[in-house]
Amino acid sequence: MNTSTEHPVSSPHYFVPQPTLYPVILSAGMFMLAFGFIQMLNKFGAGGWVMLAGTAVIIGVLFAWFGKVISESQSGAYRDWEDRSFRHGMIWFIGTEVMFFAAFFGALFYVRVLSVPTLAGMEAAHGFSLWPEFTGTWPTSGPGGASFTPMGAWGIPALNTALLLSSGATITWAHWALLRENRRQLILGLAATVLLGSIFLGFQAWEYHHAYTELGLTMGAGAYGATFFMLTGFHGFHVTLGTIMLTVILLRSISGHFTAKRHFAFEGVAWYWHFVDVVWLILFIFVYWV
Amino acid sequence: MRSIVLHSIAGGSSLASACLRRFQFLALAAGSLLPGAASAEYKFNFPEPVTPIARETLHIHNEFMLIITILFVVVFAIMIYSMIKHRKSVGHTPSTFTGPTSAMQWFWALVPFAILLFIDFVLMGIPAVQAIISMEDTKTRADMVLKVTGMQWKWQYEYPEAGVKFISTMSTPRAQIANAEAKGEHYLLEVDKPVVLPVGKKVRILLTSTDVIHTWWVPQFGVKRDAIPGFLRETWVLIEKPGIYRGQCAELCGKDHGFMPVVVHAVPEPEYLAWLEQQKAEAVASAGSADRAWSSEELIAEGKTVYDKVCVACHQAEGQGLPPVFPALAGSKIVSGPLLDMNGKIIPDSHVDRVFNGKPGTAMQAFRETLSDVELAAVITYERNSFGHKLGDMIQPAQIKALRQEAK
Amino acid sequence: MNTATTANGHADPHGEGHYSGPLRWLTTTNHKDIGTMYLTFSLIMFFVGGAMILAVRAELFSPGLQLMQPEFFNQLIGVHALVMIFAALMPAATGFANWMLPLMIGAPDMALPRLNNWGFWLLPPAALLLTMPFFLALFGIGDGALATGWTFYAPLSVQGGMGVDFAILAVHILGISSIMGSINVIVTIFNMRAPGMTLMKMPLFAWGWLITAFLLLATLPVLAGAVTMLLTDRHFGTQFFDAAGGGDPILFQHLFWFFGHPEVYILLLPVWGLMPHVLATFSRKPTYGYKAQVYSFIVIGVLSLVVWAHHFFTAGLPVPALIYFMFSTMAISIPLAVLFFCWIATMWKGAMTFETPMLFAVGFIVLFGIAGLTGLILADVAADAQYHHSYFVVAHFHYALFAGGIMGVMTGVYYWLPKWTGHMYSEKLGKLHFWLTVVSFNLTFMPQFFLGLAGMPRRIPDYALQFAEFNAISTVGAMILGFSQLLFAWNIWSCIRGGEKAEPRVWEGAEGLEWELSSPPPHHSWEIQPVIK
Ligand code: HEA
Ligand code: HEA
Ligand code: HEC
Ligand code: CUA
Ligand SMILES: [Cu+2]
Repeated sequence: MNTSTEHPVSSPHYFVPQPTLYPVILSAGMFMLAFGFIQMLNKFGAGGWVMLAGTAVIIGVLFAWFGKVISESQSGAYRDWEDRSFRHGMIWFIGTEVMFFAAFFGALFYVRVLSVPTLAGMEAAHGFSLWPEFTGTWPTSGPGGASFTPMGAWGIPALNTALLLSSGATITWAHWALLRENRRQLILGLAATVLLGSIFLGFQAWEYHHAYTELGLTMGAGAYGATFFMLTGFHGFHVTLGTIMLTVILLRSISGHFTAKRHFAFEGVAWYWHFVDVVWLILFIFVYWV
Repeated sequence: MRSIVLHSIAGGSSLASACLRRFQFLALAAGSLLPGAASAEYKFNFPEPVTPIARETLHIHNEFMLIITILFVVVFAIMIYSMIKHRKSVGHTPSTFTGPTSAMQWFWALVPFAILLFIDFVLMGIPAVQAIISMEDTKTRADMVLKVTGMQWKWQYEYPEAGVKFISTMSTPRAQIANAEAKGEHYLLEVDKPVVLPVGKKVRILLTSTDVIHTWWVPQFGVKRDAIPGFLRETWVLIEKPGIYRGQCAELCGKDHGFMPVVVHAVPEPEYLAWLEQQKAEAVASAGSADRAWSSEELIAEGKTVYDKVCVACHQAEGQGLPPVFPALAGSKIVSGPLLDMNGKIIPDSHVDRVFNGKPGTAMQAFRETLSDVELAAVITYERNSFGHKLGDMIQPAQIKALRQEAK
Repeated sequence: MNTATTANGHADPHGEGHYSGPLRWLTTTNHKDIGTMYLTFSLIMFFVGGAMILAVRAELFSPGLQLMQPEFFNQLIGVHALVMIFAALMPAATGFANWMLPLMIGAPDMALPRLNNWGFWLLPPAALLLTMPFFLALFGIGDGALATGWTFYAPLSVQGGMGVDFAILAVHILGISSIMGSINVIVTIFNMRAPGMTLMKMPLFAWGWLITAFLLLATLPVLAGAVTMLLTDRHFGTQFFDAAGGGDPILFQHLFWFFGHPEVYILLLPVWGLMPHVLATFSRKPTYGYKAQVYSFIVIGVLSLVVWAHHFFTAGLPVPALIYFMFSTMAISIPLAVLFFCWIATMWKGAMTFETPMLFAVGFIVLFGIAGLTGLILADVAADAQYHHSYFVVAHFHYALFAGGIMGVMTGVYYWLPKWTGHMYSEKLGKLHFWLTVVSFNLTFMPQFFLGLAGMPRRIPDYALQFAEFNAISTVGAMILGFSQLLFAWNIWSCIRGGEKAEPRVWEGAEGLEWELSSPPPHHSWEIQPVIK
């Protein structure tokens, strides 16, 4: 990491931002989003519109907020002390994301190791079964589920693995270029990463389409369908966010925002991207492969 | 076997047992102080135990209460002593120590934790492990099986070996609950048809549920086990004393969770066998009656009984339901819709379909497995001719039987 | 002091001057303002949650249904619990952290001030989501709030009405809020301490909060995952908790309690961190066993993550799992005994006085002792077969949550109120509040232990006749307890309005950076960090 000696470790003043309305508005937007979503699920009021308005508010605030942060950053308000806060903050934020995925992986392991075998082994355990016909071979949609074809590992998923791994390499390349102040390679590396991420998403969309239309593999396909779509879906959602953030970083790189010394935003996004990458690897192994 | 269970408490390890014996006297002495152990009516403690497990649990509980009471008293006696002696107002000057320094002080600081470790893992741990093992040993030398199915908000009991099966619902009149009528002695803890079990036999109990999680609990048996939809759970009882034992559902299971009592009638074995024979005979009679043609009056009369027992909790006495969750049957389009299609098959989302298969994700459960052919035919017919519906049609038990076979 | 260096973009320390009135509070990035908002919100929600349960207690005064139908009863208890835990107790602790951490560790503010503001302003929408279904039902929309208890157990919650959706979304937002708060605390502690203040010189309150923050980061996302699965089970056809699809209702319980158990330590660790300060102050003696307490916090934090299944011993876990969870749960009593030991040793041979905060601290220790010791026997699988889901458990956790959590918070409020407001509160009222609270608290919850032993299940709107006397006593206690809290609110209010001026070092024996500042401290404190030797 960058420890510059230019600014003393303990600068006399920490940057405490001016009062701001962004958080309140953001919260209001989130309330609208949540409330609209509930309305939609329960079919009362104009749920869709409320959601839409909430989303618009959220996006608007995020633009303004991040814009403000960027301009503060550009004006040199953040020095090592503040920079360290951001880094710590980002790391712990990614930590919570790890735990979020852990919950879903936990669910996957639980159904595979405990609940499906228990359902299948009832006769042996109790001398009587509620699901006499159920054999419990994974993948399964459970004793009462519809039949489906599971997703193979070595087609698109394997390709996607390669894509994401390469994108991990390209972003490292970009970082390396940034440290050497090589603008051209930085931009190239980032652009390649964005491209790879987008192709990944395209493939995944296609895979979902394939699953729903041809394999009979839906969210409702029992334990397999549920864990498959929730894990890959949330992962895909994170890739989408990551790609958007990468795009922002790309644009900022083009405008020359980052220096070899100060580029927390770049690194934060890069960490996030690596995290998404690692999640995919685990996912590839346990969801698609074994 | 019983004696093993009984004595396991003292037999855990020689160390533990020696200590416990030392405690016996203390326990008796403190027992009279402790509200629990002494009171004859067990008002401050578990109700009188009638199974080995319950006795063991009570024993463990008393032991533990004693231990924690001693801990409590010792710890807070020290604290209160300090609060009295080391006050500023009595002119005590504060010391400045911040931790143990000499080896001796370290030793004395660590003693309480050694004691606590001993209490946790030996004094409390060993009897607990033994109790767990005997509680979970449902299969060794079980004499019979009882299958218990929880459903909103009643229990179904099944004697698989005898082919007997019935539903047991709370019989306390709603008027008593609404304070419109004086409350009876067994208010909320009485049912229309208690489950009957023989005394002195090890009964293996299999539990499941048709909708949400319920918990079968009879305090005097020391048994509490969840009934989980789609899964089986086991427990066992060996009732030592004839009597009527009452308990309740212990897991929040929706609106009438508080009105889902368990009543067990424990009788000597011959009496139990006689009762079972009678139930069997009734079951055969009712199965036979599914094949004959029923008149609409008969079905409606029978249907009303079923409705008032099984359906009324949700759809209410006049079929008015409790909207928005529990729809009214009065004026329901589903009830007034057609019965079966031209080929005598079930129409999706029709009256028969709803009662037969329920609606997943809602409280409306599938009654296919819980009600008999006659009961299903009767309740459907009843609904179609009550609550303002005057469809005049009916469905025969035999038709239900046929539908059932098709489904298979 | 307070020399503003706006030249390189630094905030003008009096920037807040731009806003006054409500806008000040909406927009503030100042840790003290945000702390005040958290604490105010917490107090309001304490009364909201309390009012709900007073209605419940009134219903339970005698057998029969008098005031409400079972559906409504079920809604009240679940929302009571969620409001008390998520909207009263947790925000109170976060309020403490916001107000006091920077003062105690010599930081100019929290590390991420804007995020800090956001963390707070997520709370009101979440509280609104939690309670709104009650009001919507009045207009014929939906069937009221969630009626599943605070534990959301599937499949009851899959079957439940739209109140469950509201609660799920509320929990999501509350979760984001707490995660933001926790990240802020962690970063502040790691990055903002005054030079020379090593971790092992840091006040214990900061240590308690640090562990709390880590626990929140580790467990809240899992709760978020669990309720997300619930949401998709409810509306998008997944079958995580449905045996027919190969799922399992017990999976939900594992996920919920993986969060739910650490949550109880999340609620109490800040209080455990606070206790040594109060005890040392009023014993006029340094804290006993600083290191031992730090290590205990860490051990408690770690252990709390691996004991969750003691909340569903009756669900039919395999025997080895039962034994493991029993012993690991019992093991938590060891670090807690260390804490008790240190607290009492801190008092030992001091020169004690008993101002209101000290009274609450002592009350806390005794009553939380009861909670902890009954917890210890709850951990015993065999005995828990009787206790589980009975009022015994209700009594246990109110001794922990009210006598531990709320009374701990009250300790802190009385202890720091003069620092915050610059005025002394009324000692007389404070003592009255203490005695009324302690006596009526025991009157409310002691009988519930006996109710549980006698076999009264929890979460029932009506009960058999043999439980009548104890329930009546409990209700009377609850009413006194509830209305006594008005004294607390009144005392705080009058203390804000005025009163005897408070010294910087409010209490004779108080040690620590926070007491070096004036009471109330300047709007921006420690802009130049103190240096710790
Ligand atoms: C702040 C809240 C809090 C705290 C701190 C605790 C602390 C503990 N709890 Fe509690 N608990 C709850 C809140 C809390 N609990 C809640 C809310 C529920 C119910 C949830 C629901 O179902 O809705 C619950 C339920 C609950 C259960 C499930 C009961 C059931 O449903 O069947 C169990 C079982 O093991 C348990 C155990 C414990 C234990 C072992 C501790 C331990 O941490 C206690 C450790 C403390 C001590 C052991 C005391 C210290 C020692 C001494 C005073 C003397 C020794 C001293 C020396 C020797 C020097 N708790
Ligand atoms: C921090 C947590 C917390 C706190 C502080 C409390 C506080 C109280 N709780 Fe709570 N309770 C829980 C957490 C908490 N509870 C949880 C987790 C459950 C389990 C829920 C479940 O089963 O899912 C529960 C369940 C629960 C039950 C069991 C319900 C059941 O199982 O059927 C009962 C019953 O007596 C109860 C009682 C009380 C009482 C009397 C208080 C008192 O301390 C309250 C004191 C009262 C006040 C502070 C109110 C003051 C208000 C006024 C005086 C009105 C004034 C009005 C205005 C100003 C407008 N609680
Ligand atoms: C535990 C509660 C419960 C019980 C007991 C119950 N029902 Fe229902 N019932 C429901 C619910 C909830 C619905 C609404 C399902 C839906 O959302 O469509 C329903 C719907 C119905 C409908 C369709 C009504 C309509 O217009 O949508 C019929 C018919 C019906 N039930 C019959 C019965 C019969 C017959 C019994 C007893 C044998 C019974 N129910 C017992 C809860 C219950
Ligand atoms: Cu069934 Cu509670
Ligand atoms: Cu716990």
